[in-house]
Amino acid sequence: MWIYALRRLLMTIPILLGVTIICFALVKIAPGDPIMSLLPPNASQADADRLRELYGLDKPVVVQYLIWLWQVLNGNLGTSIANNASVASEVIRAFGNTIVISVIAVVLAFILSMILGVTAAYRVGGIVDRFVTAISVFGISVPTFWLGVVLVIFFAVDLKWLPATGMGSGASASFNYFDWDDFKFAVMPIVALALPPLGIMTRTTRSTIAETLNQDFVQTLRAKGLGEHHVIMHAVRNALPQVLAMLGLQLGYLVGGSVLVETVFTWPGTGFLLNKAILTRDIPLLQGTILVLAIAFVLINLIVDLAQSLIDPRLKRG
Amino acid sequence: MADISISPTTGSLPEPAAQVRIRGYWESVWRRLRYDYVTLFCLALIILIVLSAVFAPWLTHFDPDKSSIANRLRPIGHPKYILGTDEQGRDLLTRMLWGGRISLMMGIVPVMIATVVGGLFGVVAGYYGGKVNMIIMRTMDVFFAFPSVLLAIAISGSLGGGIFNQMLTLTVVLVPPICRVAETATSQVRNMDFVDAARASGASTISIIFSHVIVNVMSPVLVYASTLVSAAILLASGLSFLGLGVQPPTADWGLMLSTLRQSIYVQPIVCAVPGLAILVTSIAFNLVSDGLRQAMDVKA
Repeated sequence: MWIYALRRLLMTIPILLGVTIICFALVKIAPGDPIMSLLPPNASQADADRLRELYGLDKPVVVQYLIWLWQVLNGNLGTSIANNASVASEVIRAFGNTIVISVIAVVLAFILSMILGVTAAYRVGGIVDRFVTAISVFGISVPTFWLGVVLVIFFAVDLKWLPATGMGSGASASFNYFDWDDFKFAVMPIVALALPPLGIMTRTTRSTIAETLNQDFVQTLRAKGLGEHHVIMHAVRNALPQVLAMLGLQLGYLVGGSVLVETVFTWPGTGFLLNKAILTRDIPLLQGTILVLAIAFVLINLIVDLAQSLIDPRLKRG
Repeated sequence: MADISISPTTGSLPEPAAQVRIRGYWESVWRRLRYDYVTLFCLALIILIVLSAVFAPWLTHFDPDKSSIANRLRPIGHPKYILGTDEQGRDLLTRMLWGGRISLMMGIVPVMIATVVGGLFGVVAGYYGGKVNMIIMRTMDVFFAFPSVLLAIAISGSLGGGIFNQMLTLTVVLVPPICRVAETATSQVRNMDFVDAARASGASTISIIFSHVIVNVMSPVLVYASTLVSAAILLASGLSFLGLGVQPPTADWGLMLSTLRQSIYVQPIVCAVPGLAILVTSIAFNLVSDGLRQAMDVKA
């Protein structure tokens, strides 16, 4: 177990390095000369060279990368072009706001998908199964930004039950789930975020549980007179590691992929930040946000893998 | 056993038609597919959507990009504009048909390119193993460290908008998963007896890869690629929604949804129409690839 954990931990290091290389490359593939955009149009070549030297852009790419990496390791993600603010502090603030909705969304999706998946798997091909399959196909196929717009149309424009956009108090630290004045802003973003993972997790739960229920040990359980309720609990226990692995993956996807939903609801999270960076072509902000989100995704996957090997004795790969 | 006895009266071999026919792979796939009405319906739907996009210029007489301020935001069911008009007074149905061209292309072309590129990388990695495998697959692992939407936004956000950049982005995002599937399938195939036999009989590596490996890797890779079409359409429309796809005034379902969003308080239902097209297309592709996977009996 410990050997496996250590190996898995070591495997993460090259991946993280690769992530930083890709993020560094983002600035390089951006069209246009960043120096020229900083200078007035009548600047001389000497001015441009001086500025290039100042920013270290005259050095070889590898050296530039190492300098940048060193700064990143010291928590310096550069400054935003738009407002000269520190990218790191902006990303951290937004990250908290993204976590507020994505954790709830993934937990909600998980609970619902367990209920739906297990009931569907119990009678494969039955009416419930067809209904559940329809829900999961919808969840997988739906464009979340469209779902967001439709939710706004119904619940904000027509019924006027919920606010269309924004976050209310505006900070994750003071956000209170049990205060309706705060929570009402989060309802629609959570629903829009939860549907795709609901679809994927329901599908996996259904097929995993259905497969488990076909195994010999289930027949043994029934033969020895165990009630159906207990039989299902055994099957769930068997399928749990696989479903849990998916939960972590989906959380990672939500944290990284909530851009569209946050844009629709102008939820001030990382996705909204990314959208702002795209609109203003603020490449340092884009780079910093992507880097933080990708590292979060890698770490979530690491934690999930370790947790999975703890739960499932079959996975002692060490 | 087939009827292979020689007829005692004539002493000749029986007619070929009397023999038990062994069904080919594709024939048995088709037999299974023939009774899968959901898949067939969705396939027909996709063909309809593709045809309506291809023949868009002949189906409507409106100009998709010409705005008319006088006719802004007409409701659905307007006698002249069946699906109403958008925020610049352009016929929505016309723009839906024209937008389908871009949206479908973005779903299909990058998947095709990525299948070839990712498939080749995967086959090479799986067949050669060792160092080659390590270099290719570890590089792919780095791309897996990004959620696909995030990777797409990262690349697209840096490169900027436009059709070509969008297509490039989608291809880069789709290559790693296809490569992984191809690699797994290849490393299973390469240890099979018929590959050893081909090698023993002196076939070159290139000819083994092309005539033995690729043929056997093809069906899992293609089935997997078909599941990606719907994902690519969603991803592409998401990028367009963020302004990273085609530039206005060109029509695209994602971009239409994005520009119509500002009129949500004036014509809420009209705003929902372009997204509905994305949803229906995406569902149809998803169900077809599900049906295909079942019919081809591939575990993906």
